[in-house]
Amino acid sequence: MHELSIAMSIVDMAQEESNRRGGVPIRAVHLQLGLLSGVVKDALLASYEMACEHTALEGSRLIVQEVPVLVFCPHCNAQRPVHSLQSFCCADCGTLTGDVVQGKELLVLGLEVDE
Amino acid sequence: MSSPTRIIEVRQNVLKQNDVIAHALRQRFHAAGVFVVSLVSSPGAGKTALLEKTLTLLRQRFRVAALVGDLATENDAVRLARSQAPVKQIVTGTVCHLEAAMVQNALEGWVLDGLDFLFIENVGNLVCPSSYDLGEDLRLVLMSVTEGEDKPLKYPTIFNSADVAVITKIDLAEAVEFNAEAANRSIQAVRPGMAVLNVSAKSGDGMKEFLGFLRTRRDNARAITVSQATVTFATPKK
Repeated sequence: MHELSIAMSIVDMAQEESNRRGGVPIRAVHLQLGLLSGVVKDALLASYEMACEHTALEGSRLIVQEVPVLVFCPHCNAQRPVHSLQSFCCADCGTLTGDVVQGKELLVLGLEVDE
Repeated sequence: MSSPTRIIEVRQNVLKQNDVIAHALRQRFHAAGVFVVSLVSSPGAGKTALLEKTLTLLRQRFRVAALVGDLATENDAVRLARSQAPVKQIVTGTVCHLEAAMVQNALEGWVLDGLDFLFIENVGNLVCPSSYDLGEDLRLVLMSVTEGEDKPLKYPTIFNSADVAVITKIDLAEAVEFNAEAANRSIQAVRPGMAVLNVSAKSGDGMKEFLGFLRTRRDNARAITVSQATVTFATPKK
């Protein structure tokens, strides 16, 4: 369960960004979360609320955009979705491939602040 | 009801701080010529036993050292110290994984130049360590024959973050009716092309191949480092 420490990093990052802009209040944090990032969305959402307590971000929302895993398929010669995390093969043609090109993201995309 | 809002773009990796430290560690390791191997597994898969055996055998010809992570005790470092290699415990407290900063702190004051291999034993956990780069050259994920052949399917992320799978306690394979073919199928399903090694630290089965594998990987890494250095050196002349 490392989601709490991840959530705390997100809060710190958002707080820093807000401070740099004169302490603008943050309504929401937009996060990109790859399915191979090793971070569980529900655990992160619960942890986020805890991490926000007694900070300027208390009451803000974490908006998670989940990113599917894409692999490079040598047979299709293109990026393709993976069949599943339990079966790393091209969703189109079934070729086994471990060449992950997307899905490990853990990225703060942006902050939603008052106009 | 709610006031209008606007979005400030940030686009920052949440683990940026860890990745920056891991990158600096990797550069330091390469400059010192030390090959760094990390071990992850569930608790009880045999990381410490494999490492103790590995340190003992490698020490005969190489300069080796180890860092070992644990939530609460120093027991593992005491066990590993029996190999006579330099060993340092990282007690993580409540943290369920190692982070690059912990490795950096543990290495403070260490002279890496004299080392051939540095091993980093992570906390026993198949979930959290997957997100954290430690600056290692090679990440081994261990799975013992007593754990069930479908372990990789249950923890695909950690298997995907590792370079090599090591099946441990292979001396017990028959007793627990371990199905090597099914295990390999699971591994290849979550990480196609992954190298798989079988070892028993207790009986010594597979140790020779395991150590040979590490040495080859180290030689290859050094060869790459040397050729990169040559390229860097040659570029300004052209």
